[in-house]
Amino acid sequence: MSNTARGGVRARNVIFRIKRCEGPGKPSRWEAFKVPVEPNANVISCLNWIAANPVTIDGRQTTPVVWDSNCLEEVCGACTMVINGRVRQSCSCLIDEYAPNEGDTITLEPMSKFPVVRDLWVDRQRLFWGLRKVKAWVPIDGTYSLGEGPRETPDHQHDRYVMSTCMSCGCCLDACPQYHKEEDEGKWDRSFVGAAVVNQARLFNEHGTGRVLKPERLDALMGPGGLDACGKAENCVKVCPKNIPLVESIAAVNRAITIHGFKRIFSGK
Amino acid sequence: MSTSQRVIIVGGGLAGLAAAVRIAEAGVPVDLFSMVPVKRSHSVCAQGGINACNEVARQQGYSEYQHFDETIYGGDFLADQGPVLEMCNWAPKIIQLLDRMGVPFNRTAEGRHDLRLFGGSLFKRTHFSGATTGQQLLYALDEQTRRYESEGKISKYEFWEFLAPVTVGEGEERRCVGIVAQDMRTMQIRSFRGDAVVMATGGCGLIFGKSTNSVICTGGAASRCYQAGAWYANGEMIQVHPTAIPGADKCRLMSESARGEGGRVWVPRQKGDKRPPRQIPDSERWYFLEEKYPAYGNLVPRDIATREIFDVCVNEGMGIDGGNMVYLDLTHKDPAYLTEKLGGIMEIYEKFVGVDPRHEPMKIFPAVHYTMGGMWTTFTPGSYQPSQPAGAHKSGDRPPVGTEVGVGMAYGAPNNMMTNIRGLYAFGEVNFAYHGATRLGANALLSCIFDGLYNGVSVVNYIQQEAPSQHPAEKLKADAYEAAAAAEKAKVDRLLATVGKGSADRAFNPYVIAQEMGDEMTAASTVVKTGPRLQQCLSKLAELKERYTRVRLGDAAGWTNQTLSFTRAVGDMLILAEVIARCGLLREESRGSHKRLDFPDRDDTRFLKTSVAEFVPGTGQPRIFWRDVQTNLVKLRARTYGKVEAGEGRKQPEAVASAS
Repeated sequence: MSNTARGGVRARNVIFRIKRCEGPGKPSRWEAFKVPVEPNANVISCLNWIAANPVTIDGRQTTPVVWDSNCLEEVCGACTMVINGRVRQSCSCLIDEYAPNEGDTITLEPMSKFPVVRDLWVDRQRLFWGLRKVKAWVPIDGTYSLGEGPRETPDHQHDRYVMSTCMSCGCCLDACPQYHKEEDEGKWDRSFVGAAVVNQARLFNEHGTGRVLKPERLDALMGPGGLDACGKAENCVKVCPKNIPLVESIAAVNRAITIHGFKRIFSGK
Repeated sequence: MSTSQRVIIVGGGLAGLAAAVRIAEAGVPVDLFSMVPVKRSHSVCAQGGINACNEVARQQGYSEYQHFDETIYGGDFLADQGPVLEMCNWAPKIIQLLDRMGVPFNRTAEGRHDLRLFGGSLFKRTHFSGATTGQQLLYALDEQTRRYESEGKISKYEFWEFLAPVTVGEGEERRCVGIVAQDMRTMQIRSFRGDAVVMATGGCGLIFGKSTNSVICTGGAASRCYQAGAWYANGEMIQVHPTAIPGADKCRLMSESARGEGGRVWVPRQKGDKRPPRQIPDSERWYFLEEKYPAYGNLVPRDIATREIFDVCVNEGMGIDGGNMVYLDLTHKDPAYLTEKLGGIMEIYEKFVGVDPRHEPMKIFPAVHYTMGGMWTTFTPGSYQPSQPAGAHKSGDRPPVGTEVGVGMAYGAPNNMMTNIRGLYAFGEVNFAYHGATRLGANALLSCIFDGLYNGVSVVNYIQQEAPSQHPAEKLKADAYEAAAAAEKAKVDRLLATVGKGSADRAFNPYVIAQEMGDEMTAASTVVKTGPRLQQCLSKLAELKERYTRVRLGDAAGWTNQTLSFTRAVGDMLILAEVIARCGLLREESRGSHKRLDFPDRDDTRFLKTSVAEFVPGTGQPRIFWRDVQTNLVKLRARTYGKVEAGEGRKQPEAVASAS
């Protein structure tokens, strides 16, 4: 019961070149696999095939490739990797589009700005750490029944919803020239937090209750590792799989920081 | 209370996070374990919405009580009724709490919550956030969890896999005092002490191979608790969602909200009609759900829609191009409206199929979706104990009971959603409560959050009032913890020792075994079942179990060994698969999602009962027994959804002899 909506593409063999690494500090190497693909295959179904048939193109037995994944619907962000040189989710990467012909090659590499755990699996804890740094939450008074939240217009809800679809995949960070790989957790605080985190700061600054922490969020983004580091390359917005207006978010937070800075000067705090 | 008491929560989806927040708020430190960063949990896949009575519906005659009545009827009376009543009564409070946490629920012009229709109800009572409601709810709870984490009240163990509960004592006195877990990166195995353990590990869709579930939804954690003595209930109750996009790696859900927003399911009236769908005029389309169910139309509950689609395609051969596919059509709606209300699923269809569903009808087919059965749990009934059960509730009638806290299930009772092992709780999809034999759409998010919030209090009361208050886990002897960890290490050593040894035959490849299990379970134990086919399925499972004893790993790495984790799960999935098939065989009736062709009717005399499986350590087989369902609140009635038999206006499709 294959879905043949794309049509016209036949079963064929596709070559996968995969950058592999046994673990932190280990050298990386390339391995190639010849994978028979059916119409509507995606990178995940091909990696699954390799797991069940871990033999390289030269007939050498190897280990199954390690990668991170979960929902396979491009809504959890886990399976992000660099495919043919561009960072994206592997689940939504359809082989019919990337390798329509017999013998076409697809290259898979781990994300470049995060420490490799093994093969295509990277450690993105720094991204979640960034969300703590900017207090990306609404400080509610607890879970007791206290009535409704703030009312908002449909337009406002729409803007917040788009920002809130960020799945912390890290594409925007991987593509950012100012976001650097940093394995030492002690140095995260002084390295650029990146667009995803700035966007979350804006999301919560925009919420009726969330805005009470706005001064603290802006403080966190004023110093080292904050928005000064942004070089306005605008790569972030080009690779965001959810089309979140990241450049707008950065501009909005920048404006807020300017105003916040003046306020601090005049209030003498 | 000893301030050193702690609670362990396994699983960071909606149920786990809601429990973590509630328990941390009560001042009890929480250790939260998850195989993925909690923000990537399977709850993100939920699309359509969350049900709750609201002011508009209320003024139209709806009530929390009617939501309860719909849920019981939808579940074909198999759910214990008290907890369902409590859940539906709490629903509006849950919406308000999520609202305060900042969930961007869709809004009306006036800035109030917009609502949509969903299956099993004639009232708009589903709150939603685009078509990624689960994602938005999970994020809200993830954010609150992060807040408590930054205050040191919640400690996260992400990329840790649960391996086994640690228990002390025997029989009635047996209680859970911790877990054994493994770091999926370093592969370190160790035990953790906890005064109570909450399992919130979701469903087991991967047992069926391709499903709408996420990669981690193997049921492995539930199976490990079952093998440690926790009962597993109504395993045969698996929901097959009517509308999914079949794919090479999984089946992607097309939310019921597509029908809630006006989507129509149809096939060409002319068998084998090759015309593109938009060239087929309305009069030549067979809207079979609308025809058969005039009242609910496309919004009949999922098991019914699934069986009708299956029947149209498999039995009548009326699927698109004679295949297993029907149209789900939204092209009569304004494209901008669809983007606003259903953007998330429009995007999924576009990205994965390459066709814009705003302009072209979607092609869909049913897929395994939700696990109604699960770990058996108990509860303390609430204060509402009518002298006799109420009849079917009619909208506008005064509900027989109010919405005061505790009418359905006693608030804070330590045993609420506790398994048969004391101190071991099961919250969310992993338990068997709330949904009976079919879950209504948009009730899953509700039941998960309800469990965490309402029954999180029960966990706190248990550790403060019962055995753990006298004998906190921290003070227990190390033996039980050491023995449990050693047993898991031995299991791993056995599996790793198979690398490079024995036959390289594909029959002993764990991925091949898993695939065969998925194919077999999908064929024998989903939409329609028969006794002989389930027998055959059990034989196949026995064969796979035998092959599994000689399974051979392809990776010996002592670092981030996913093959090891997967292979271990396959063994646990086979054990749970046997429970699902065996209970399906023994339940000789049709009820909700469980359709036996050889026993087509509901049999309340024999089977208005919960099937309970207990693992027998010696044989590895389940011992199955039946327990009464709490049915003293609502009277049994036939579950028909107003179906009309083939009649006026319906063109009879030609009979087809072949059925696959």
